[in-house]
Amino acid sequence: MTVMTRPQASIRDQLTDKLFLGMTPGEYIKKQITPFNIVAALILAVGIPITFVRFTQGLAATTNLTDNYPWGLWIGVDVLCGVALAAGGFTLGSAVYLFGMKEYHAIVRPAVLTGLLGYFFVVIGLSFDLGRPWRLPYPMLVSYGTTSVMFLVGWHVALYLSCQFVEFCPAIFEWLGWKTLRKWAVRVTIGATIFGVILSTLHQSALGALFLLTPGKLHPLWYTPFLPIFFLASAIIGGMTMVIFESMFSHRVFSRQIGHHEHENFDRLTLGLGKAAAAALFAYFTLKWIGVAHGQHWDLLNTPLGYWFLVEVIGFVLIPCFIFVWAVRRESAAWVRFAAIYTVIGIILNRVNVSIIAFNWNLPDRYFPKWTEFVVTITIITVGILTFRWIVNRMPVLWEHPDYPSEYERG
Amino acid sequence: MSMTRRDFLGKAGIAGAAALAGSSVAQAQEYFPGWPDRYGVLNDCTLCIGCRRCEEACNRVNGNPPPPIPLEDKSIFNRIRRTDARNFTVVNGFPNPDHDKPLIYVKKQCMHCNEPACASACLVSAFSKTAAGAVLYNSKVCIGCRYCMAACPFYVPSYEYDSPYTPRVVKCTLCYDRITRDGKLPGCVEVCPVEALTFGKRSDLIRIARERIMKNSDKYLDQIYGEHEVGGTSWMYLSPVPFDKIGFRTDLGVTPYPELTRGFLSSVPLVLTLWPVLFTGVYMFSKRREEIAKEGDKPAKRQENKS
Repeated sequence: MTVMTRPQASIRDQLTDKLFLGMTPGEYIKKQITPFNIVAALILAVGIPITFVRFTQGLAATTNLTDNYPWGLWIGVDVLCGVALAAGGFTLGSAVYLFGMKEYHAIVRPAVLTGLLGYFFVVIGLSFDLGRPWRLPYPMLVSYGTTSVMFLVGWHVALYLSCQFVEFCPAIFEWLGWKTLRKWAVRVTIGATIFGVILSTLHQSALGALFLLTPGKLHPLWYTPFLPIFFLASAIIGGMTMVIFESMFSHRVFSRQIGHHEHENFDRLTLGLGKAAAAALFAYFTLKWIGVAHGQHWDLLNTPLGYWFLVEVIGFVLIPCFIFVWAVRRESAAWVRFAAIYTVIGIILNRVNVSIIAFNWNLPDRYFPKWTEFVVTITIITVGILTFRWIVNRMPVLWEHPDYPSEYERG
Repeated sequence: MSMTRRDFLGKAGIAGAAALAGSSVAQAQEYFPGWPDRYGVLNDCTLCIGCRRCEEACNRVNGNPPPPIPLEDKSIFNRIRRTDARNFTVVNGFPNPDHDKPLIYVKKQCMHCNEPACASACLVSAFSKTAAGAVLYNSKVCIGCRYCMAACPFYVPSYEYDSPYTPRVVKCTLCYDRITRDGKLPGCVEVCPVEALTFGKRSDLIRIARERIMKNSDKYLDQIYGEHEVGGTSWMYLSPVPFDKIGFRTDLGVTPYPELTRGFLSSVPLVLTLWPVLFTGVYMFSKRREEIAKEGDKPAKRQENKS
């Protein structure tokens, strides 16, 4: 009997330690009553019943989707923006592990975690949108549509999700104290990173390639054979700017977890990322005009949607690019952060333009999301943030685990 | 129909076996002009009187509820409709540019493309272009991503959005079972009182259409819509006026839609094979640079000591 009870007790200790941060369940729950959590609880109080309605009453009850607009907010924002803005993991992973930019190592783990959760919640968002989400594994197991770009997207998102999980495994094993497993996980990190870069190159561009099949529907200023390149380039920008944004956020919220030298270092890293973002934005800006020139659509610029195109390309690509340049020259990390948020909004605008606003531009009927669609999107983002916080509060993401001091020569 | 059902099924079987055995031939991208004896329908818009009995027949054959507004009620032509989950075909009326003449009626349904966008879009191969010409959908594998609907240049497939557990993509099937198994005509063709619809082999239909245009060149526009559009369709139209006046897209081009993504998809194996090599190279470079930097530190310090 004693042999039986001892491990049980240690499991309880472990649970308290790992799950409740060393507090008793009562203390832990009391500590959760914060303004942020109350807002989050209110969002969930609306979002969960609507989730129930979505899966019991169907898409008609919860969306404004029509036969002409088969894709709405959930594809445009939850999936397209979700994937683009989760590119930070692959962008920073390749910078640190492949290009040897070791100084960015401190922010790789939060970036990989953002990427992992980003993709995970993309799949959750997709499950809301799919007519029969329980058939999600079909393209992998049951029926293969090899001529489809969507087939590529499906496979790659699944593989990349696994890849990012492998990349994040060291943090999980450090948290659980599984040393042997951690050693193995660290060894495969470099392989997972290279594989992840390949998968990301392909599926980020594949999301753009999806729209290659819609030449008659997507406005000619947005429809170009370069769509795959546009999506890849803007995803890299989205990844870098989200890393700036997300690290700013983590440094405020989780500041007690971060050592002092990290804080000093942090501004320098932000400036470095800002410099890279400026260069990438300018390249993307040039590419966009090559797209217009290639299709010879200069005349369309002088139409209402043409003005909207200029708003996107000048207002949300060129101007943030200039702000980045200016901020980096002034060595102002604060302005770099501002430009990063600005750019993230620009990427969201681009994805919404391609999938909703400039889509079916020649049809008289327009799509506007139902309120329940917004609620689901907000709910998914909220749950994503809560999950991020739950993990960061427990696992060594923003801080180094004391058992494994700076052994970052693995790359 | 110039071919008996037995003939047709036999040939379809041989073609099917050839398709299975010869998949490597297909991968070599040999020119495939399409199933030789595929069927289609020629829709002569100069003959259609807008009675909408084809709609009624279609809904009956497919087990859909009757068309929403009674057939006699001409107010339905005040607006342009599209196909939806309960109506796989609709007839629209367009004002005749010659104002004295009545509306020009155009029946809309799946065009049954030679190389369908929906089929190339589907990630679970739910769509297939059959040897009989019909583009068919298999709800058993569909996951409901609706990329087919986004891809279709003709705005044809519809979705059962109101079904929570078994939503399907639905559209005209060219009455596949009726034409292949039962030896009948498609429901709409059978019921048409003015023979505006002609069912037959696509190659024959093109000949018939050309003959009509030649004999009545003042009555017809010299174009068969669907002969070349997006690589050709099984459903083809004749019109008295330019097609963009009666609700057709004339800017779709003649490139089959699968071609639009072929370039991208063929770059995938390149990336899959070249990227690992490229990035391993980059990794080796950066590692070597680091090693050199470490070694470089030592002699530099020694020199400092000397001076």
